[in-house]
Amino acid sequence: MSPRVTAAVAMRVLTQLRRDPRTVVLMLGVSPFLLTLLRGAFDRDIASFQHVAGPLVGLFPFSTMFVVTSITMLRERTTGTLERLMTLPLAKLDLLFGYGIAFAVVGVFQAGIAAAVAFGLLGLEVAGSTAAVVALAVGNALLGMSLGLFVSAFARTEFQAVQFMPAIVFPQLLLCGLFVARDQMIGVLQIVSDTMPLTYAFDALNRVTSEGSLGARGALDVAVVAAVTVLLLAAGAATLRRRTP
Amino acid sequence: MLARVAPGETAISVDRLRVRRGGRPVLRDLCFSVAPGRVTGLLGPSGCGKTTLMRAIVGVQLVESGGVEVLGRPAGSRGLRSRIGYLTQAPSIYRDLSVLENLRFFARVLGAPQSRAEEVLETVALREQATQTISHLSGGQQARVSLATALLGEPEVLVLDEPTVGLDPVLRRDLWATFAELARGGATLLVSSHVMEEAEHCDELLLMRDGELLATESPEQLRARTGRHELDEAFLALIEEGER
Repeated sequence: MSPRVTAAVAMRVLTQLRRDPRTVVLMLGVSPFLLTLLRGAFDRDIASFQHVAGPLVGLFPFSTMFVVTSITMLRERTTGTLERLMTLPLAKLDLLFGYGIAFAVVGVFQAGIAAAVAFGLLGLEVAGSTAAVVALAVGNALLGMSLGLFVSAFARTEFQAVQFMPAIVFPQLLLCGLFVARDQMIGVLQIVSDTMPLTYAFDALNRVTSEGSLGARGALDVAVVAAVTVLLLAAGAATLRRRTP
Repeated sequence: MLARVAPGETAISVDRLRVRRGGRPVLRDLCFSVAPGRVTGLLGPSGCGKTTLMRAIVGVQLVESGGVEVLGRPAGSRGLRSRIGYLTQAPSIYRDLSVLENLRFFARVLGAPQSRAEEVLETVALREQATQTISHLSGGQQARVSLATALLGEPEVLVLDEPTVGLDPVLRRDLWATFAELARGGATLLVSSHVMEEAEHCDELLLMRDGELLATESPEQLRARTGRHELDEAFLALIEEGER
């Protein structure tokens, strides 16, 4: 690995994003927009808004980065640039970390803007610190990135990659405990949600937003999310082959 | 400066190389070597295995058996990655970035000075398009950006898959002159084409058909052996000879 090459990849990914202002606006604007809708929908039930919106601020970057990364990596594979990179003095980790740094930067902006709108304009209040929510959101952005990187190896077309969103992200959102407390679900779904990384991401966020701090259990959640991120990155690296059929 | 391969050594040597793709043999027991400091043309009809062979030489092709060595090392070795330049047939560049942004990115990856970006743009005659986005360029211009990228690191071995296809005659002539100049500077070039008349510009020829080598010789030798002046006809004569 080389810091020079990792930085080159990160800068290149960020420049590509900058060249596509519409995507940037969508990435940064959709979460505040959805939070605003949510605030209006829960107008007569502010307590429920407070309960759901706090964790959502930290979960949006997960789904955005999942889609953006899987499509970007798929393009890298289908346009031949990945093959060219594999003939160059570039370590696979340079590529993965370069993506990681770039999307972490985007995650900071995304979560920062969503938090500013939610806390500043929509009257969202959480028990813990807003900075902790943003920090967890950036961690979730990286989780989404590594998951997107990994599944991009299983998509042949952009249509398929987009369909991974409802297939892989939605079940995790439904079962993570955001909509229904996990102990209310039928037993088998509780076990299924135990195996989903977003369950731990949500639990950590929920502890900060409802209880005020992570606590020991929340710290464990963060460790699980970090470990899964590293594991998925390693699995993603294994799908980047220098030699192909 | 380019490191020179000592005289008598081979820059690329391929030994009983076999590749199958989709269950079908694409390369059948290829054996040949490429002399350093020369322009070697890899010619044959489309689908004969030229691209697969080039991919094996740069180390991105899964091979069934056989050996490929470049500059004395197994193809695909880590140490070779900064010494080989590879041009893929379809332009492998970022379509949403500008010409210069592409070149600067690849220069950083290679550890080449940023000034190389302007130099290679000069070589492919794209100075005026430097700040344009790739997707706004014509197909031929995109191919030249991709070629410029392969030249960035001043590689000792250049593997170029159809670099002159679809270019206008003046530019094609200039590029062949550039290739000859690079070879005089000590670089080894393997250049593929499916157009026989391009063979004219090469010092040595590898003639391929259906995953096999028909001949490895210079254009003059090919003419002398077949008694045909036109290389196209000489190639046909070789095929007929093989079928008899």
